Amino acid sequence: MKRTILVVVLVVLLFTGCQSATPEGPRTLRVMTYGSFSVSEDVVAAFEQAHNAKLQFLDAGDTGQMLNQAILSKDNPQADVLYGIDNTFLSRALNAGIFVPYKAKALSNIPASYHLDEAYHVVPTDFGDVCLNYDRAYFEENNLSIPQSLADLTHPDYKGLLVVENPAASSPGLAFLLVTIGVFGEDGYLEYWQALRANDVLVVEDWDTAYYGEFSGGAYSEGARPIVVSYATSPAAEVYFSEGALTEPPTGAVTAPGTCFRQIEFAGILKNGQHRDLAEAFIEFLLSDTFQNDIPLQMWVFPASANAVLPQVFGDFALVAEAPAEIPAASIEQNREAWIEAWAEVVLK
Amino acid sequence: MPRFHKENLTFSGLLLLPLLFLAIFYFYPLLKIFHISLTWNEGLDITALLSRVLSSSTVRVLGFTLGQALLSTVLTLALGLPGAYIFARYDFPGKRLITALTTVPFVLPTVVVAAAFTAVLGPKSPLNTILMWGMGQARPLLDLRYTLGAILLAHVFYNYTLTLRMVGGFWANLDPTLVQAARALGASPWRAFREVTLPLLLPAISATAMLIFIFCFTSFGVILILGGPRFATLEVEIYRQTVNFANLPVAAGLSLVQMMCTLGLTLIYTRMQSGLARPVDLRPQWATQQRPRRTGEIVYIAANLGVALVLLGVPLLTLVLRSFDLGLRYYRALFENPRHSIFYVPPVYAVVNSTRLALATTALALTLGLLTALALYRRRRGWLVDALFMLPLGTSAVTLGLGYLVAMGRPPLDLRGTTGLIVFGHTLVALPFVVRSLLPALQAIRPSLREAAATLGAAPPRVFVEVDLPIVWRALAVGAVFAFTVSMGEFGATSMIARPELPTMPIAIYRFLSRPGALNYGQAMAMSTLLMMVCVVGFVAMESLRPPGTQTF
Repeated sequence: MKRTILVVVLVVLLFTGCQSATPEGPRTLRVMTYGSFSVSEDVVAAFEQAHNAKLQFLDAGDTGQMLNQAILSKDNPQADVLYGIDNTFLSRALNAGIFVPYKAKALSNIPASYHLDEAYHVVPTDFGDVCLNYDRAYFEENNLSIPQSLADLTHPDYKGLLVVENPAASSPGLAFLLVTIGVFGEDGYLEYWQALRANDVLVVEDWDTAYYGEFSGGAYSEGARPIVVSYATSPAAEVYFSEGALTEPPTGAVTAPGTCFRQIEFAGILKNGQHRDLAEAFIEFLLSDTFQNDIPLQMWVFPASANAVLPQVFGDFALVAEAPAEIPAASIEQNREAWIEAWAEVVLK
Repeated sequence: MPRFHKENLTFSGLLLLPLLFLAIFYFYPLLKIFHISLTWNEGLDITALLSRVLSSSTVRVLGFTLGQALLSTVLTLALGLPGAYIFARYDFPGKRLITALTTVPFVLPTVVVAAAFTAVLGPKSPLNTILMWGMGQARPLLDLRYTLGAILLAHVFYNYTLTLRMVGGFWANLDPTLVQAARALGASPWRAFREVTLPLLLPAISATAMLIFIFCFTSFGVILILGGPRFATLEVEIYRQTVNFANLPVAAGLSLVQMMCTLGLTLIYTRMQSGLARPVDLRPQWATQQRPRRTGEIVYIAANLGVALVLLGVPLLTLVLRSFDLGLRYYRALFENPRHSIFYVPPVYAVVNSTRLALATTALALTLGLLTALALYRRRRGWLVDALFMLPLGTSAVTLGLGYLVAMGRPPLDLRGTTGLIVFGHTLVALPFVVRSLLPALQAIRPSLREAAATLGAAPPRVFVEVDLPIVWRALAVGAVFAFTVSMGEFGATSMIARPELPTMPIAIYRFLSRPGALNYGQAMAMSTLLMMVCVVGFVAMESLRPPGTQTF
């Protein structure tokens, strides 16, 4: 019995002892991000050396989970900076007051259309377009023209070809729902979805299931549907991750006006965080060329800065939406639940 | 009277640590998050909230949640019991490895299982290719995905091993001469099973059924990914209300409904449990098992292994084969970091991290589980306490995760972002498996054995080591295996809160599968294969351990 207690005490001590003590010297800046955030080692090292700091990244799951955590712990935050809130969640973050304003000097490099908070609580860091992707082989073999508008998708030629993600669970899924609201309006989008349903659209839970399980175009796609909601950069990723096996992407992205949604991502300094000066320096760093040039191959989105230089594979195969659908961030937050519930009523019931 | 007093003291003494653990890492965070959720909106309208939480849509979701869990449990038991019989009564080459392999599904992340099921059942599966060719059809004929069938199949895939190990392990110690006597007296095999074996097995079967039921009751990934957006369990609703709509009061309400259901069911079970237990003369496994000799036996064993192979082996094998699509390329790629990402996870590192967390979880869960089981097995009134230890398994991971976030952020419990918190979170889920495995074994020991040892002068600890331990050793090993898998597979609340870069194998797999491209998919399959291998090695090692100098049952 004594021995058991001893073991338990030891185990407890062992693990509580693992907490990182902060020694004198470099200060630690804690950065909270979502699970698919990525950055190069030398880019991190550049910041750490320049500011005598240590960067600690916290993986907080997906964007929604991350924001929830940030809001619930805003009096005693887990991190000092938060990276990765997108425009569909921006209003919720701003309303909850989790950020302190900071007007970054480097903001001048960022095109004005990405500035969505006039009070400078957050800075835009990158953007990615959610677009329809298609299986090029299927369209060639069947002599089918590539859809150029949302309305095309309800045409009998495209019956049973489209797979989308559930907007209640997946961020590209929500983005696509928002495109339909942007194009057909709050009054018309349900009717459009009714037509899509009549044309045998398939709704699956998340991006992995849609892309790997239902889509037919990617290298490891198992499915039979040649149109999927993915990103405008997905064809470039297919080429890059084929490691030379492909010189041309097996898929294409539709970037026609009114078919895409632009996800803009933001970073901000968390209220009640530590090391304010270091956090500000990090925000500047996120907008610097060093970080911005690193974004494409790490996260497969476009850098927000106008000065950023794109890698070859992006120049060759990654596309940018021509005129993405526009829905104000405030309206997204206000109506998200109602829109999704009405959608579910029409599409899933 | 003093004896009674002493027993009470032992009871409280043994339970002190487990209850303290439960209070700090379960009840405290839960109360905290409920409190915050219900005071989230100023001037909360209780009646409005109640009518929303108890609306007809909740009733519908609850009905589906209960229904699918019940069906999954019945199906898993029906398919697993014949297998459990084989593993209890026969000894054949490769048995240990096969047992280990059946437990592998338990650790696989849902995304990987979905990939395997898609490969086996999806439109491009070999089965469909043959059907399409044979019937001259251009479109795939068979697609089981997004049906209730797919959900049930996946639940059987995950939980088959529970029946095999928990019921099979218990069965192996039952004296086969009991059935032989019944048969000699003229009972048919079915009657001998129904009237002799089944009543004796009931404690183990009901413990297993309870675990499977609660596991499926809180099912999340399987429902979402394999069932599709049309199906929703309470857990799915809680997740959506929390993460998508930030509707904390409703999420808390639904969470409470879910907990009440778990508690109610568990109480019924724990109340019945002590009544089911029948102390018997247990026999060591070497005395109850034999090599199959008659053709009938061999055919029966082959048929059961065939079922297990189709059910579990084919999906697993598909994953392994995929990982070798380009020879060893995907494995080599795991060791490369061409883009110099700071989040690159060297495979060795992920294996070490996962294994360390799993071993720490196993150690803690076994210690606490053993103390709990020892306190509970002879107490008729232990059932109320017993149910408490099952609760974490039936509690929403989303809710508990947020509870950790708000409760573990300040000294003296400043544990956010520490490895310790991850281990504690995993242990909370692992504990019910250890307790449920141990209790039936402890209750089956004839009290006269312990009394004899005590009469001969053995002090209580010595009685435990000499009498109980050899008998419950295997049950302890089964508990250890499940504690290990719970941690390896990243179950529990801690996967819901932010953590520093402590890459584990499941996390690496999720990362790979969130990007398009052949290399990402291939590496996910390679990492999954590594995860399976590490687990099989772990299971075999844990089951081979024996206390030195003791003959185990």
